[in-house]
Amino acid sequence: MTPLTGQIINLFASVLLLIAFAMLAQRRIVTLINLFAIQGLALVGSTLTVAWATGQHHLYWSAGITFVLKVVALPLILHRLIRRLNVKWDIETLINIPTMMLVGIVLVVFSFNLALPISQFSQSIARATLGIALACVLMSFLMMITRSKAVPQVIGFLAMENGLFFAATSATYGMPMVVELGIALDVLVGMVILGVFMFQIREQFDSLDIHHLEQLKED
Amino acid sequence: MNLEGLVAQLLAMAVALVGAPLLTGWVNQCRAWLQNRSAPPLTMPFRTMHKLFWKESVIAHDASPIFRVAPYIVFGCMLLASLIIPTLSTNLPMATAADAIALVGLFGVARLFISLAAMDIGTSFGTMGARREMLVGFLAEPAFLMVVFTASLISSSTSLATTVSTLAHREFAILPSLAFAGLAFMMVSLAENARVPVDNPATHLELTMIHEALILEYSGRHLALIEWAASLKLFAYSCAGLAIFFPWGIAEANDHVALLWALPALAVKLAIGGLALAAIETMLAKMRIFRVPEFLATAFLLGVLALLVHLLLGA
Repeated sequence: MTPLTGQIINLFASVLLLIAFAMLAQRRIVTLINLFAIQGLALVGSTLTVAWATGQHHLYWSAGITFVLKVVALPLILHRLIRRLNVKWDIETLINIPTMMLVGIVLVVFSFNLALPISQFSQSIARATLGIALACVLMSFLMMITRSKAVPQVIGFLAMENGLFFAATSATYGMPMVVELGIALDVLVGMVILGVFMFQIREQFDSLDIHHLEQLKED
Repeated sequence: MNLEGLVAQLLAMAVALVGAPLLTGWVNQCRAWLQNRSAPPLTMPFRTMHKLFWKESVIAHDASPIFRVAPYIVFGCMLLASLIIPTLSTNLPMATAADAIALVGLFGVARLFISLAAMDIGTSFGTMGARREMLVGFLAEPAFLMVVFTASLISSSTSLATTVSTLAHREFAILPSLAFAGLAFMMVSLAENARVPVDNPATHLELTMIHEALILEYSGRHLALIEWAASLKLFAYSCAGLAIFFPWGIAEANDHVALLWALPALAVKLAIGGLALAAIETMLAKMRIFRVPEFLATAFLLGVLALLVHLLLGA
């Protein structure tokens, strides 16, 4: 049996994986944003546990940044955005949801196998969770691929960043502070730009379905 | 087979036969309270069965023998199932007869026969009910198996008695895999016992019923047996869930004092479980039948996740 901190990190990792699946299966945008906030909270929890277990002080800072950015700021921005864009209704996915879940399971098995040899080189207490982090990243990819509306795609992008961050903390106890701050700012700025994009898309086509973008070709 | 095992086994059978209708009555009572209705008495299922056993059993002219034997087979399957599951003690001589996978098979046999009997008469309701029952069953079975596999992997045995005694004696550890498996098990048992998000046990509305459509043609002692079997199924599922996920208070072999305490412990656990079931049924609305595959796919997903999390994290 791993010690208690390891078990708590495993618990948070499982919660992250569960929420990744829930996001994949979710039809409503409002719930999707709330799930994203909960995923951020689980990430904060696991980062704090790693920080406490290993005594790495900079991880407290990155947990703080994650909390402010991904649990408070980004969900607020997203909620405002969908209120102003008026897109609370259900999302149609390109593949039906049970199939998507099965694809998700395949992705999890794939990334677990992929991460197994890598995590053997790691000395971190959370090395077993690398597979879960990879699975979260791949499932966010899947979500971006299979959703046809712009807002869920943006949420998928943000969730992918969550997965990457979790991979970094679990494999190498986090990135250097400069890199982390840079990524945090990038995500925030990216969110603002994408928000502007979404308004532009809707202005142009009266819809957030990104299939309309194909009509932009000049011939 | 020693004497003590025999006593424990007979006690388990008596508790199942008496406890199952009581559990059904308790769930109905809780549901009535939560919905601001005046509740039927706790012994209402017994009174109904008593009434039905003394009534004449009417059988259609063109019913085949399957229709007549199905209630006995279903009742036998459910009784055997509740004998395998460690309700009071893990020292059960019958437990060696069938492991957890065979338990799933037993429920499958019961489902097969009740569906055959429903189609046997040739009424449209029976056929429709049988088809729906098979739909729910074939989706719920793999999810149930995943839950069973997770518990078996943790305890490295497919025998339920061994699983329960291993789980009851492990040192404290946070096991996310068991939490996922527990959620999946809850969803499966709601579907298998024809409970609210999937089927409404209290309705006879043609378009929505599943379980009631199957047994529409039965009357008299046959109906009583099937009702008893249905409550035994609920009892078996509840006891299996309690035994795997809350294994405290179940007696070990050669532990006579614990056997005395096991009955009150079981009663308290079942009372809490029944209240939770009634609360779930009151809070949720019945799903459209086409949403049921999605519901059960989620259960399957949780079961597979539990398995994967256990294999990867060892937790």
